[in-house]
Amino acid sequence: MQQASLFRTLGQTLERRLPLLVVSPLFSLSLFFVYGFIAWTAYISLTKSGVMPVYTFDGLAQYERLWDTPRWYVALKNLFIFSSLFIGISMAIGILLAILLDQHIRLEGMIRTIYLYPMALSFIVTGTVWKWILNPGLGIEHLMRQAGFENFTFDWLVNSDFAIYTVVIAAVWQSSGYAMALFLAGLRSVDDEILKAAAIDGARPWRVYTGIVLPILRPVFLSTVIILAHLAIKSFDLVVALTGGGPGYATDMPATFMYAFAFQRSELGVAAASAVMMLMTVTAIIVPYLYSELRGTRK
Amino acid sequence: MAEGIRLQSVRKFFGANEVIKGIDLEIEPGEFVVLVGPSGCGKSTLLNLIAGLETLSGGDVFIGDEKVNTTPPRDRDIAMVFQSYALYPTKTVRQNITFGMETRRIPKARQEEAVTEFTRLLQIDRLLDRKPGQLSGGQRQRVAMGRALVRNPAVFLFDEPLSNLDAKLRIEMRTEIKKLHQRLGKTVVYVTHDQIEAMTLATRIAVMDNGHIRQVADPGTIYENPADLFVAGFMGSPPMNMIRGRLLRDGGLRVAPDGDEDGLLFPLPEDEAARIAAPEGHKVVLGLRPETIFAAGTELPGPDRYIFERRVEVVEPTGPDTMIVFQIGGQDVIARVRPEDARATGTPFSFEVDMGKAKLFDAATGKRL
Amino acid sequence: MRQRTTSGIVRPSGPGAVLLRGLLFAVLALFCLYYLVPLFVMISTSLKSLEEIRAGTFLSPPRAVTFEAWGKAWNAACVGVRCDGLEPYVWNSVLMTVPAVAISTILGALNGYALTKWRFPGADIIFALILFGAFIPFQVILLPMARTLGQLGLAGTVPGLILVHTVYGLAFTTLFFRNFFVGVSDGIMQAAKVDGAGFFGIFFGIVLPMSLPAIVVTVIWQFTQIWNDFLFGVAFTVGDSNPVTVALNNVVNTSTGVKEYNVDMAAAIIAGLPTLLVYVVAGAYFVRGLSAGAVKG
Repeated sequence: MQQASLFRTLGQTLERRLPLLVVSPLFSLSLFFVYGFIAWTAYISLTKSGVMPVYTFDGLAQYERLWDTPRWYVALKNLFIFSSLFIGISMAIGILLAILLDQHIRLEGMIRTIYLYPMALSFIVTGTVWKWILNPGLGIEHLMRQAGFENFTFDWLVNSDFAIYTVVIAAVWQSSGYAMALFLAGLRSVDDEILKAAAIDGARPWRVYTGIVLPILRPVFLSTVIILAHLAIKSFDLVVALTGGGPGYATDMPATFMYAFAFQRSELGVAAASAVMMLMTVTAIIVPYLYSELRGTRK
Repeated sequence: MAEGIRLQSVRKFFGANEVIKGIDLEIEPGEFVVLVGPSGCGKSTLLNLIAGLETLSGGDVFIGDEKVNTTPPRDRDIAMVFQSYALYPTKTVRQNITFGMETRRIPKARQEEAVTEFTRLLQIDRLLDRKPGQLSGGQRQRVAMGRALVRNPAVFLFDEPLSNLDAKLRIEMRTEIKKLHQRLGKTVVYVTHDQIEAMTLATRIAVMDNGHIRQVADPGTIYENPADLFVAGFMGSPPMNMIRGRLLRDGGLRVAPDGDEDGLLFPLPEDEAARIAAPEGHKVVLGLRPETIFAAGTELPGPDRYIFERRVEVVEPTGPDTMIVFQIGGQDVIARVRPEDARATGTPFSFEVDMGKAKLFDAATGKRL
Repeated sequence: MRQRTTSGIVRPSGPGAVLLRGLLFAVLALFCLYYLVPLFVMISTSLKSLEEIRAGTFLSPPRAVTFEAWGKAWNAACVGVRCDGLEPYVWNSVLMTVPAVAISTILGALNGYALTKWRFPGADIIFALILFGAFIPFQVILLPMARTLGQLGLAGTVPGLILVHTVYGLAFTTLFFRNFFVGVSDGIMQAAKVDGAGFFGIFFGIVLPMSLPAIVVTVIWQFTQIWNDFLFGVAFTVGDSNPVTVALNNVVNTSTGVKEYNVDMAAAIIAGLPTLLVYVVAGAYFVRGLSAGAVKG
């Protein structure tokens, strides 16, 4: 008798704890593979690791080495240039296209599909295609010369000073449709009656957008910037496919830097340090944003 | 300076769906016309057509003497208050109210005057620097009205402005709107599904159903002289009792209710009997408002009364009155009696009905006979 | 997206308005070209012979269509030392993607369900922690993962990639399902509990069947992310176990021999076709995935 009720209580406790039991292994996976690994990488960045990981604590020596490497500065500079241009231009195109598409176009669905399809492609595919289009000698340069502009040169792809801009071009092509989609969704969420009131108040379409609609969309601006910034920081595939980090390391970015030092130059400590720097940057941007979003939804 | 409105053969299609089916309506300057009807009857669409927020599929709209079919809303000399108030969420109350004036390049001084005058009138002058998110529903409604008032238009349009307010606030605002109309004398077109709002606010009511206007008249006429079954059933709460039956001519016009086994025969007054030409046996609907049926002998005697006895089925006290539900030929009928006259369920009850107030409708067409 | 009711507003007509509308269409059409030209270039170049490529420009359509480059890309192109074309690597990608998508989706659904429909202490914190995992730069786990895969004997194998993609896909799938389930009324849960159903009973019997939209969005998103991935592929596999994206990059970036641009383009199309097809067929769900990933709460 007592045994039966014991089993029953056990069963009930199990049942109550079941959600936790189900989530726990999955969460533990997350814990191990994400936070455990982050901790490992962070620790390695504080050790004397070179070709192999070594666990002797070395303070911030690897970080000193990192910041002593000129290539790291190139990577950071490229990241800055790339991010500002990429985010700025993508947002500008995104807002423009979203506003245009909001004007009751009959073919809107098809046009939206066309604007967004690049997002479905791998960055490697994008990089490959644009590498061909921007090919010095056979790409745009050749086209322009055939069209009559005899002295037109477009060798950005192999030009140390300009190569980073080719990455911007390809990245904007891939992701501006995404910015457009986000803004269009935002525009559509504005209450129709507000637009009707504005129509009666007599505002011209331009004024309606700048004075009423876009201020309402301030949160969408923010989340789009955050998402694009996040994409920018992680840029690895595109750079590898388009320029290979070159010429030399002229288009190096923190992601390619880390990969080179980890798997090619086998300087694990420096690689780990660069990875930690990337993580800190992303955290600084993402965490406040996630916090405010999650707090909003819990209400 | 108020203007009249004229709708001529107005039609509206949404795709293949005909939502407004050829409407004619004349609104005199200064009138308060209420468009009332059930959901989907097209009243909001009609209002939008007047405002220019929907394009006409057919017919013409005139505001004053001007045909405004292709005039954009901003140029129609109208102002509108929306159901959801439609305030600009990122602007302060003051900016919300002055936005339209800015667009029309009205000098700042005049803008300030208008803002002061109307916000004081609507008692929102202390809220000028708040944003809509910081206001209550009633306050937002007043701001929406203020925005409309400062336009000083020829016509005011209201699209169910009180639907989002709680009952008590709704009654308060109703009175305010009525006072404003009396004070300003502008033409108002007001849409609502609430027939009490319609009755209390309107100088004339247009009852709409399924894209048509069934009747346009002042509230009294709509209530006492409904043109058909729909209008009679829509206006009035609790609704008019509709008793199906046949006409009998045996020394007077009487209605014999369908399915009745107790020999009830409702006699119609002589002038009605003389007026109505329908033959014996004609299928009719007898309309009796609950307040015309009361406990026998509790009112001063009068002509055209009919007394009959029925069993009480349900008793519904409402406070000032008590509703008694009984049956005639299987149909439920509601009578309104004083609370002290009510009897318990199941007991026989003597009802007296004032047949002078009865309305007779053709059962097939629904039209008033 | 909700249907607008503002399309009927009477607007001023006249030459000015018509001109503006014309300008609108012109700009939209221009951008259509901008996005479509690279696709056109990719296809047309892959159908040309090398001589034609050198003779014309990258915009000129092929005069003599030839599928030679396609054949080469599929089974003769050299990826490193192996010259069997992209075919084996496509199969690698398939073998990697399908299980990873399936597992991460199911587990994400379970996670999202447990986190939203069964209040237990710490659910919100756990969700936040899982969520953050979706946004980390993966550089920060590359080194330890490489070591772990080595220790598990999965280094340089497709199953290793399956593990990696499943684990790191879990954050996104949990996010999608959690956002979806938040919108499902708790009333359904309560009715089911009153009816006597338990945790798994409700999941398999009621919740999963009604989450079809979320499942579709998640599967499409995961398929696209995993198939298109390059970083994990290049870091954790070598040679024969490469997914098609890594193989593509190797084909294009070989420094030996003559650059065969038509083969490069054909290879790019082969690598990109699956996700492109999924997009064309189920684009609406893809868009929903994009917006859900933007954490609109």
